[in-house]
Amino acid sequence: MKILVVVKQVPDSTTNIKIRPDGEDIERDGVKMVLDPFDEFAIEQAVQLKEKRSDVESVTVLIVGPQKAAEALRTTLAVGADDAIHLLDEAFDTLDELQTAALIAAVVRDGGYDLVLRGKQEIDLDSGQLGPALAEALDWPHVGAVTRLEVAADGKSLAASRRIEGAEERVEVALPALITCEKGLCEMRYPSLPNLMKAKKKPVKTLAAADVPGFAEVIGRVGGARMHRFAPPPERPPGKILEGETAETVKELVRLLREEAKAI
Amino acid sequence: MTNDILVFVEQRDDRVHPAGLQCLTPARELAGKTGGQVVACLIGEGIDQATAALEQAGPDRILIVRDPALKDYSALRYRTALAAAVEHCDPKVLLLPASFMGRDLAPRVAMRTGAALATDVIELTLTDDGALDVVRPLYNGKATCHVTFPADRLAIASVRPNTFAAPTGGSAAQKEEIPYAPAPGDDRITVKEVAKTGGDIKDVTEADIIVSGGRALKSEENFKIIYDLARVLDAAVGASRAACDAGYQPHSRQVGLTGKTVTPKLYIACGISGAIQHLAGMRGSKTIVAINTDPEAPMFKVADYGIVDDLFKVVPALTEEVRKLEL
Ligand SMILES: Cc1cc2nc3c(=O)[nH]c(=O)nc-3n(C[C@H](O)[C@H](O)[C@H](O)COP(=O)(O)OP(=O)(O)OC[C@H]3O[C@@H](n4cnc5c(N)ncnc54)[C@H](O)[C@@H]3O)c2cc1C
Ligand SMILES: Nc1ncnc2c1ncn2[C@@H]1O[C@H](COP(=O)(O)O)[C@@H](O)[C@H]1O
Repeated sequence: MKILVVVKQVPDSTTNIKIRPDGEDIERDGVKMVLDPFDEFAIEQAVQLKEKRSDVESVTVLIVGPQKAAEALRTTLAVGADDAIHLLDEAFDTLDELQTAALIAAVVRDGGYDLVLRGKQEIDLDSGQLGPALAEALDWPHVGAVTRLEVAADGKSLAASRRIEGAEERVEVALPALITCEKGLCEMRYPSLPNLMKAKKKPVKTLAAADVPGFAEVIGRVGGARMHRFAPPPERPPGKILEGETAETVKELVRLLREEAKAI
Repeated sequence: MTNDILVFVEQRDDRVHPAGLQCLTPARELAGKTGGQVVACLIGEGIDQATAALEQAGPDRILIVRDPALKDYSALRYRTALAAAVEHCDPKVLLLPASFMGRDLAPRVAMRTGAALATDVIELTLTDDGALDVVRPLYNGKATCHVTFPADRLAIASVRPNTFAAPTGGSAAQKEEIPYAPAPGDDRITVKEVAKTGGDIKDVTEADIIVSGGRALKSEENFKIIYDLARVLDAAVGASRAACDAGYQPHSRQVGLTGKTVTPKLYIACGISGAIQHLAGMRGSKTIVAINTDPEAPMFKVADYGIVDDLFKVVPALTEEVRKLEL
């Protein structure tokens, strides 16, 4: 079995987001970039499968992103991935998520992968498009936001659990399949310093647009949504702090929620 | 391409998802500009009650894809069914709720139909050139941006729940059934079990009101006061990561960056400091109440109403006060 983990490098969740003066993007200089926290679950799950099962041949990690994204790849290699693919080209920077999914599908379609893992959502764009879109481009089944995953002994199917609104759902899916990972699936191990050093020696294949046959056609078929006019979130008007005895503040809160906010 | 606006109205167990009905409001506005119709699409099995509820929200037409194989949600079967509805009515825009199902389904349908997609949108308009232009939050609510679609292909947007009110006062709509023709391999996903969780308390993603507790609750038992308040408000119970990691609440109730993103009408945060990762999951709520002993807690910066006081005093008193209203 060959496993592919598709990851993304994103601004750290605690970073202050500043908008560029022209409003066309966020300010990217000096922003601390990390492996997406949901992709951490994906890489850890892949490595655990490899450790537990003798039929897992390899864990490959794929990233689309600028030179700097190689740092995120190194983290995944230090955690236990065997090799990596870095899709690196300025032409990739302007792709939307559907086009990125189409690009990745074109690159991995003939790679012989049986299982693709990905975080349920990127914490920068917050959209979660890539996983399901990649599954569709490959015409594979997918299960989104998985909290428990078990690959059948014969390596032909998997069982996955996930929390949907108000319920826990258990599904069985034939392989090859794509899974997006939710918190709770596992916790990524700490990449130790020696392993980070060893990761430097693991093979990373870099591919540019010219290496993808029919690139223009692949990405021309879908997407094209253009993000622009970035702005800070709408300001919330300053809140009212209610003061006094508990009995009074609570009465006043209920009145405000009813009469002013019309929330109850 | 027609000028119609297609809306996927999600249902489960013959109950329409409120967020699906809410999509009909921006759909009507867009249709007013394109001069097209609002067409709603229902997918499932035995969906008579859902159809009746949908008619009340006043779409011009209803497309029904009904099949025993569509009883439970399957990403493959539903993408095939919804793509068939798209093909049938050839709309300019497809709207879905940014619910669990909508988020799972939209990217597949977009890829399958060669469309463009924006998720979790909060504003929708048409540009002068007739292209869809939407606004969506990103970077965990720390920014927003416009997304403009190409005018010459289907535009798909999933709409953030509770951004719009569902329309009312509709009557009978023209109904059409279209068959579900399975695509090869649609049976590769089998739903084994759907087990309800949370007993009589709603899930955070489907409630209008959420009462949420943090580390300050100090134990699972103490969460009883949170549940008592939630019951009188018909609310869901949420929790911070600190409370979930400490085992006071299951992770399914966690709100935030690595938990669920919620946009209820009312969010009551009890003993939650308001860390940026928690705000990421709830700052889109319409009205926010903070109850915290620390006047410097960041939650007060996003709150509409705040009480600086001990939650163990405030929450039970609030429950009593709300009970008097007999909601
Ligand atoms: C990558 C990443 C992802 C994360 N994802 C999430 C996430 O999804 N969701 C999430 O919530 N967090 C998340 N966190 C954690 C987050 O940073 C905070 O640690 C967490 O939200 C704190 O929870 P808390 O507010 O309950 O606890 P604390 O920060 O300890 O706050 C407790 C609050 O209760 C108040 N208090 C104490 N006693 C009382 C009382 N008797 N009455 C009233 N108030 C009282 C205190 O003044 C304090 O403000 C994430 C962190 C990281 C790094
Ligand atoms: N009953 C309380 N009244 C006021 N502040 C509190 C109370 N309990 C805890 N805190 C504060 O809340 C924060 C987190 O508390 P703890 O529950 O100890 O993790 C600390 O800063 C405490 O000082």
